[in-house]
Amino acid sequence: MTQVNFDKELDARGLSCPLPILKTKKALNDLMSGQVLKVVATDPGSVKDMQAFATQTGNPLLSTAEEGKAYVFFMQKK
Amino acid sequence: MEMQALRTPPAAATDAALDRAINERIDVLLEQRLEAKLAEIKAAKTPSMTIIATKGTLDWAYPPFILASTAAALGWNVSMFFTFYGLELLKKDLRKLKVSPLGNPAMPMKMPMGPKWFRAIGWNIPNVVQSVIPAYEAFATKMMKKTIKNNGVAEIAELRSLCLEAGVELIGCQMTVDLFGYKRAQFIPEVKEYVGAATFLPMAKDADVSLFI
Repeated sequence: MTQVNFDKELDARGLSCPLPILKTKKALNDLMSGQVLKVVATDPGSVKDMQAFATQTGNPLLSTAEEGKAYVFFMQKK
Repeated sequence: MEMQALRTPPAAATDAALDRAINERIDVLLEQRLEAKLAEIKAAKTPSMTIIATKGTLDWAYPPFILASTAAALGWNVSMFFTFYGLELLKKDLRKLKVSPLGNPAMPMKMPMGPKWFRAIGWNIPNVVQSVIPAYEAFATKMMKKTIKNNGVAEIAELRSLCLEAGVELIGCQMTVDLFGYKRAQFIPEVKEYVGAATFLPMAKDADVSLFI
């Protein structure tokens, strides 16, 4: 997978909709513009939901990858 | 030069031609500008949602709070209006919310423990039997809470506080507070106001999404 430098990591494994999104939103609040958040989730719905969240909020989703049973997202704060 | 050119042709014919030309040009420009302006207004507007929450069971507590908290995370303005049994969702203590498969044929009754094959069994218990088992509702509620926990689904209290944290406005229906004899002290102090339909409807009119749950 693509190696991305990140400033904060969020472990959302085991959480169901809508918690991964809500926790992502909260974690982004602590970042400065341009900083990158790494999110690890296991909810299969989070793949589409993170994309929709990125489009709606304007925070770019740098990458999405599947690692074993988890999904890894890198999102940059706008 | 231009002034002269405008004056030379016969007046009546020119006016008509000129009017036509101007109108055609206006139509073209208006369409272009209107589209750009509308897109600009749409982009600048913060989306908004209003929800009417009418149900007070553990299962039906989820849809309004899931949608409200998610919309707030997307940056939308959200207001929730709690009426009838939905008022239960404003109570300080949410642990008393219950669910019952009795008279609820769509609700799968499954066990949240034991091996996979056991969990997969759908227990089809006739209503007449359900109604006579003591504490059946409490049992079903306990099972559902366990399933919720097993699946990493948030508790209602957590979703509600996430909503409040994100600025979702919780509004109570005054009429049903009176109708059911609730005391305001039973509800969380974060409830913004207690109002009637006439206050809620104008909010719903201006919202992009309005849901009745």
